Amino acid sequence: MGIQGRQPSPAVDRAARAATRRAFRDGEREPNGEAVVVRDLVKRYGERVAVDGLSFAIQHKEIFALLGPNGAGKTTTIEILEGYRKADGGEVRVLGLDPQRDGAELRTRIGVMLQSGGIYPTVTPIEFLDLLSHFYEDSEDPRELIHLVGLDDVARVRYRQLSGGQQRRLALAAALVGKPELLFLDEPTTGMDPQARRLTWSLISSLRERGITVLLTTHFMEEAERLADRVAIIDNGRLVALASPRELTQAETDEVQFTAPAGLDLVALRALPCALDARETQPGQYVIRTKRPADLLAELTAWARDAGVLLQTIRVGHESLEEVFLRLTGHELRE
Amino acid sequence: MEALLAQARMELVLTLRRAEGVLITLVVPAVLLVFFASLGIAPPGYARPVDFLLPGMLALAVMSTGLVSLGIRTAYERSYGVLKRLGSTPLGRGRLLGAKVISVVAVVAAEIALLLGIAVVGYGWRPGGSLLWALLALASGTAAFSSIGLLLAGTLRAETTLAAANALYLLLLLLGGIVWPVERLPGPLAIVGLLLPSNALAEGLRLSLGQQPGVPLAQILALALWFVAALMVASRTFRWE
Repeated sequence: MGIQGRQPSPAVDRAARAATRRAFRDGEREPNGEAVVVRDLVKRYGERVAVDGLSFAIQHKEIFALLGPNGAGKTTTIEILEGYRKADGGEVRVLGLDPQRDGAELRTRIGVMLQSGGIYPTVTPIEFLDLLSHFYEDSEDPRELIHLVGLDDVARVRYRQLSGGQQRRLALAAALVGKPELLFLDEPTTGMDPQARRLTWSLISSLRERGITVLLTTHFMEEAERLADRVAIIDNGRLVALASPRELTQAETDEVQFTAPAGLDLVALRALPCALDARETQPGQYVIRTKRPADLLAELTAWARDAGVLLQTIRVGHESLEEVFLRLTGHELRE
Repeated sequence: MEALLAQARMELVLTLRRAEGVLITLVVPAVLLVFFASLGIAPPGYARPVDFLLPGMLALAVMSTGLVSLGIRTAYERSYGVLKRLGSTPLGRGRLLGAKVISVVAVVAAEIALLLGIAVVGYGWRPGGSLLWALLALASGTAAFSSIGLLLAGTLRAETTLAAANALYLLLLLLGGIVWPVERLPGPLAIVGLLLPSNALAEGLRLSLGQQPGVPLAQILALALWFVAALMVASRTFRWE
């Protein structure tokens, strides 16, 4: 899949549109077996355009990540799919349904984890899950869910006394109560310590075996890389790239990273025959992209010798998703 | 049905877990009843203090449940994102509202029982007049104050709702015919008092429970107007998140 340029690449856009057009043509109710279809979605808040012509489709049983910085339009998109917000333009289908028109049916088939809150502060995990279990015809056993998310020790502690990570895990368990076909997780691990995050990751991965489709938003690169079958990178409400983490990071180029005194001549580095481009990511940290890493190393060391520059910790590798993001959007992924 | 009952039970549990809420809904009307009835101060026209006080305290109980307790609780549920979260479950807004109605009615019934018990046992009060009209007045009062509470909860921030509901409670308690007849308030305050929904409810109860019972049509109509007006505004302005 082509990933080039910092504007939404025409190739990506065209592919996504073609897929969604097909989906809509093939039937109102269950378009083409796709769990979620988004076509030309637009949402404005006053003057500000939060979502700007977004298109993508999610396959059944897929774990799909929306990755982007704060304000990229991730939460707005997910909340339109959940039925909380109305789109200003474009179309969405969720499990073949229109979230606005068929909300009542949709709510029996989805599970929702909001970005924060959503739970009574004076209620315990077991009480809250038990409450929700009465809302669905077929529901999970609250006790098993408590165990699944590792809250056994605090099952009878009031929500407001739980740690931030425990609160998030309860919200995740709550999203699973109704045995959903499709799960919406809005920044599921924000506020968790590394251990809780790892537990949550393995939990989300295990949902795959239950055949649950997952749409998650995140601004953790590692999260998208580990969990998602496909990642949609979003910036300023637009689709920047859409591919599997492997495809995104194993593009045809490699990288040579090295440490050296700050302020080296980037023009000279870019002029090396095998260099595609050169950047100083932080003072003294350099990255050169190349298609021929071995040749570039030879050129680089020769140049350093001539320029009297001492190169340290040279590393050759693929781009990380983080670097892909930086290259595609031109800015860092802020938390 | 199962979902509605589970949610109603949760609403009741939440009501009881707010200690200050329990104080203002259950304890304050009972304490005021005992205090003023024991002082033996009755406004002219009432043979015994309890004849005047009991209807006022019943009205106060309805007001503190519908306006203060329900309003504040719902406002915080909104700010905690609970209303939003429940909105994505099959419970739906209709049943969520229904559960709140059930919990309010249950709490009001408990308060009525408590206050009647105190009045009967402590002060020899016996029901006169028409229980049917009294029940109608209580029902329309509960509807009116609950919709005012929800109106506050759905439009103001939680902290503002807390302050506004408590301020209204105090205002209605003093000027709204609860502990003192509005016609005995000084000039302009009497007019204000007459228009307040608490006065309509308290007077409606006094009329229907009095020794020479009257039909509190005007009061019930006034409460119905408050109900419809608050509900219409609330349904337009209520924000779920």
